[in-house]
Amino acid sequence: MTAQPAPLREISPQARSASVRTAPHVTIRGLSKRFDDTIIYDNFDFDIPRGKLMSVFGPNGCGKSTLINMIAGLFPMDAGEVLFDGQPLSKIKFGYVFQNYREAMFPWLRAFDNIAYPLKVMGVPKAERIVRVEKIVASLNVKIDLNLYPYKMSGGQQQLVSIMRALVVDPEILFLDEPFSALDYEMTLFMREQLQRIFVETSTTMVLVSHDLEEAVYLSDRILLLSRHPARVVEFVPYDAPRPRTERTMSDSDFIAIKAHCLDIFQREVRKG
Amino acid sequence: MKRFQILLPFVGVGVLLAIWSFVVWLRIVDPVLLPSPASAFRAMWNGMFSGKLGLDFLKTVERTLYATAIATVIAIPLGILLGSSEKLYRSVDFLIDFFRSTPASALFPLFLALFGVGDRTKISVAAFGAALVILFNVAYGVMNARKTRILAARVMGASKARVLWDVMLLESLPQTFVGLRNGVSLALVIVVVAEMFIGSVDGLGQRVFEAQQMFDMPDMYAAIFAAGALGYSLNLLFLTIERRFVHWSGK
Repeated sequence: MTAQPAPLREISPQARSASVRTAPHVTIRGLSKRFDDTIIYDNFDFDIPRGKLMSVFGPNGCGKSTLINMIAGLFPMDAGEVLFDGQPLSKIKFGYVFQNYREAMFPWLRAFDNIAYPLKVMGVPKAERIVRVEKIVASLNVKIDLNLYPYKMSGGQQQLVSIMRALVVDPEILFLDEPFSALDYEMTLFMREQLQRIFVETSTTMVLVSHDLEEAVYLSDRILLLSRHPARVVEFVPYDAPRPRTERTMSDSDFIAIKAHCLDIFQREVRKG
Repeated sequence: MKRFQILLPFVGVGVLLAIWSFVVWLRIVDPVLLPSPASAFRAMWNGMFSGKLGLDFLKTVERTLYATAIATVIAIPLGILLGSSEKLYRSVDFLIDFFRSTPASALFPLFLALFGVGDRTKISVAAFGAALVILFNVAYGVMNARKTRILAARVMGASKARVLWDVMLLESLPQTFVGLRNGVSLALVIVVVAEMFIGSVDGLGQRVFEAQQMFDMPDMYAAIFAAGALGYSLNLLFLTIERRFVHWSGK
């Protein structure tokens, strides 16, 4: 699968190809949110870059998950605007992967039908649904018996199925809320590789919430470091190591330096609370 | 050793029969009140296959199933409706709890006045009791649908109606079956009690009562065991249906 540039407004082809590469994919403006007396976001502005895998990292309770939940429309925001290439959420296709795969899968459907479900919601005819599910399974080279019900699968397999369910609609952007934190370490390592492979193959813009700094740096092109609430952008750290990254990447001086830098900022923010 | 494991449930039965025989043999209890197991089971066999007990058994089955069917048809749609709106449910929560806690037997005179002496009274009291139990469980099943699952469907663009149909309904099925199992048990209890009293001419309740009146103890025990077997089988039947259709229950 190759990355298809999203249709843009009427502009010249040159400007268009340039803007496709550089224009932010998602623009967040004036985002505000409070829970009871706690202000989580106050007039928050941020641009999500196109075609990058971006992680959100910050102190506990700073609103990492809340951020992507609001962008993906799971929670309402109190104020503000989020646009995807100038379009509202309702006009775009996106995928969302939950931390709790057990509760996000539909246990009454076989894995195959779980993956096909969003297509069914979109009104895609059954024959085409089957073709598209088979296509995504083949392109990700997944070797799981998809005739099984989710509860018969391992945690990693279930999460892989839910990632495929998010990808089957050819999303313009994929949100992942701590997708591996319910898995054991061995499975987490395996799933990081799977996600990296999917990212390399699809170049879909991805936003990953993580509570594991090593994972965040290892997987990301950009790491968004948030402050305690009300959340501000403390730093947007680039990490441009070539892909595919391997366990050797993690012993590179670059990787270690970036991770140490992020940890520094994180601890400074934690101490402020 | 493994092979004997499946025999374990029969150990209790065997011990009970042994104690029963022992008590009869020692004449600890008046033999008129407690016949031997053999004579009770002979009475059951004869009654079921050549006597009136079989007919009474079928009559009770019929009433219980009618009552459960009526209760199900009313309670499931109503439960889904109530469960899909928390405000709606809260507004009738007290009423449901109140009537669910009211002993159905206390309603016999009312239903007798409404429907007269006959099957309609027995079936409608039982249906009333069972419906409340089913309603309560369906509504809670719908209300307690996993939030994540609903969000997952919504995030994929599912409309409210589709979320209700594709997710909440299926999410509520395990709890619905809990309601159905409890409902059918309650319907059986009410039907048997109703058969004992209000001008009944047939049914297991009437059989037990009549046998006791005539001091025909083997017959009475036979009818009691038939009622027990019926209750157990109904529960087993609903469990089997549940395992088949709600394969994900408890997973």
